[in-house]
Amino acid sequence: MLEAKHITKQFSGVTALSDINMQLHPGKVNAIIGENGAGKSTLMKIFSGVHTQYEGEIWLNGKKVQFANTKEAEAAGIAIIHQELNLVPYLSVAENIFLGREITNMLGMVDKKQMNKQTSVLLDRLNLHIDPDTKIAELKVGQQQLVEIAKALHTNAEVIIMDEPTSAISDKEVENLFSIIGQLKAEGKTIAYISHKLKELFMIADRFVVLRDGASIDEGNIADVTQDDLIQKMTGRKLNLEKSGKTIKHTEEILTLKKVSLKHPLLRFSYILKDVSLSLHKGEILGVYGLMGAGRTELMECIFGLHPKNSSGEVMVRGKCCKIKTPSDAIASGIALVPEDRKLHGLILNQNIQSNISLTVLKQIENWGFLLSKKKEKALSTNYISRLAIKTSSDKNLAKNLSGGNQQKIVLAKWLATNPQILLLDEPTRGIDINAKAEIYKLMKTLANEGMSIIMVSSELPEILAVSDRVLVMCEGEITASIPIEEATEAGILTHAIHKKETVQ
Amino acid sequence: MTAKLSVGSTSLKRFQSLIALVILCIVLSLLTDKFFTADNGLNVLRQIAVNICIATGMTLVVLTSGIDLSVGSVLALCGAVTAGLLKNGIEVPAGNLFIGFTLLGAIIGGLVLGWLLGWFNGFTITKFNVPPFVATLAMLTIARGFTMLYTKGHPISNLGKSFAFIGSGSWLGIPVPVWIAAMVVLIAVFVTQKTKMGRYIYAIGGNEQAAKLSGININKVKITVYSIAGALAALGGIIVTARLDSAQPNAGISYELDAIAAVVIGGTSLSGGKGSVWGTVMGAVIIGVLNNGLVLLNVSPFWQQVVKGAVILLAVIIDKMGEKKE
Repeated sequence: MLEAKHITKQFSGVTALSDINMQLHPGKVNAIIGENGAGKSTLMKIFSGVHTQYEGEIWLNGKKVQFANTKEAEAAGIAIIHQELNLVPYLSVAENIFLGREITNMLGMVDKKQMNKQTSVLLDRLNLHIDPDTKIAELKVGQQQLVEIAKALHTNAEVIIMDEPTSAISDKEVENLFSIIGQLKAEGKTIAYISHKLKELFMIADRFVVLRDGASIDEGNIADVTQDDLIQKMTGRKLNLEKSGKTIKHTEEILTLKKVSLKHPLLRFSYILKDVSLSLHKGEILGVYGLMGAGRTELMECIFGLHPKNSSGEVMVRGKCCKIKTPSDAIASGIALVPEDRKLHGLILNQNIQSNISLTVLKQIENWGFLLSKKKEKALSTNYISRLAIKTSSDKNLAKNLSGGNQQKIVLAKWLATNPQILLLDEPTRGIDINAKAEIYKLMKTLANEGMSIIMVSSELPEILAVSDRVLVMCEGEITASIPIEEATEAGILTHAIHKKETVQ
Repeated sequence: MTAKLSVGSTSLKRFQSLIALVILCIVLSLLTDKFFTADNGLNVLRQIAVNICIATGMTLVVLTSGIDLSVGSVLALCGAVTAGLLKNGIEVPAGNLFIGFTLLGAIIGGLVLGWLLGWFNGFTITKFNVPPFVATLAMLTIARGFTMLYTKGHPISNLGKSFAFIGSGSWLGIPVPVWIAAMVVLIAVFVTQKTKMGRYIYAIGGNEQAAKLSGININKVKITVYSIAGALAALGGIIVTARLDSAQPNAGISYELDAIAAVVIGGTSLSGGKGSVWGTVMGAVIIGVLNNGLVLLNVSPFWQQVVKGAVILLAVIIDKMGEKKE
């Protein structure tokens, strides 16, 4: 049995897990459920030796264990199968399974024959009939997943953690996977199964553990609960931010999307977004909620012109059809995007605050059309530093030396400087402290009152409820509900986020 | 307190290469009395003028986190074409047509050719996602091949006094190539520090994704930068040709390495976004002074190469150590 006792984990002051207690039982499928950011992956990363700094204890089969790295966790019999598979695409199946622990002959050379032979035995156990010499790149995702499982079996893993194993495979492959999970269960392995798809859990899981906001809420037998119970447990918070949304009626439509679709860049006939239509009114804050992989970020990217080749459908600004093919087209149409990952997509970390803010509006700070004016740039950054209360000793400080909240405000500043009518915010408060969060909510309200239209993508239900005037819910690339704020509840939103349209009455 | 300290150390870092240069000069002055003379100073400047032109273009490319290996060959081809245009013009056998070129026309022809070759580098890099290393390596071979074809393997010599003036003449006591290099540097410093284009170059090197999302036309900026590097290599080719009064088919071999060395010693990061044209000038001067000093000290040319390599390594190690402390 794998046990977590009083596990607490902090990331630079932000608590990701607090006092987690849970047990994973052998011979059972243990479902671990929770919203995005509930702490599931952090906990799994502690189990598998990725995170080594934490408070509390891990017990494996009655012994306390502490892993210094993933190799030690592996040696102790814990294997994790990530959502993004960890295989080397241009090595063969056998080479991947034996990666880092190759069988060698007397001369120290890799014994391919022996490796292929053992691989065949493993693959047979999993009902996967492929040549061990096949390159991983030639396999389907479902088959690759089975290779990962074979790898786990090869290391004699007792505990196998699967993170969203069915997110990228077909129904038939899911069936096959489930029968293999059943087989592993019968062999007495401990399976930890992370999934958003509640329906699936009722088919495969024996036990459940619910995490919420980094705390363990409940655990028990899946037979004793219903889907609604689980949704209740996932969302039922004591502390709720108050709703402050307003009803938007009969105001001008600023942004309209008609049947926007986005093709999957790799999988043919597969869509990341399918026929998404929406409208955004003047002064409205539209909250967009969805679970991981629902296509929220991609929707923002489509509006902003980042997928000109794979997307289709119409984007209209103020009723006029706009051909937005690049970010500069989007900016010209009055659209701004504050991206999800500020370090990767928002900031130039090695540059100072001034040049980060002015990057989108260099034309505005030119003298005579070619010479950048230091004075105008200074005025611009000073204005936004005071308006957004960015805490810094000087506007010459490098972006990388600021806190998450202040970095996010710089990204906001550089986009507000473009004077947008439409502000797209993708996870605007991810990883920032509570005070900065409150300031950003307040700013959004002010901007909306001044007539700006805002779309906010968020994984946090309380945030969605606190800030939005209307809530759009997405599931697997489609919009499943549009809920006025007065009718919105956490459970209602989550239900739409989990089920696709046809299953909701 | 800590803020003040960091300001102090960054300004120290900024002058790191200048300090190294001053120390180098002092040491050389003590070791040989031939070093610290006006004549020798001008001599060093004349020798490094070509490298400064090329390395300035290279700096812009490296700031976008690219690299241009083709500059040596582009220099040779453009030098040869300029010489050829000046001496022989273009003969079109079909129409029995002959186009002659004035001095200015030939120079402009050479520069435009350099621009086009650089443009082609940028085009393949941005449109077909060819890594800059590969695209410009291919151009290195292609341009060298065309140089051989154009010159048929023989030098083009006797180009006239007024053309030779560009390479060996002086104005106000300072060699013409030094004037040209100084102009190039001043314009490049202005563009990188004072204009939108400069900001775009630094932004792309610092974080290409963020730059793209900020509405910058990445491809356009990159193509422009490679074109400029090509034109500056052509300018270097014209100076070299004028100085020798002869276009050599083997001119400019391994010049790209000297240019990259100047960029790196000058503190520009090969991963882009960090560095300056001034730094590169310092780097080029350090290399020039070092070469000159070693010659004056009668060090064997074989040892000179060893020392040059060691200096490059040392410069980058000191730079990296500074980064770690941050």
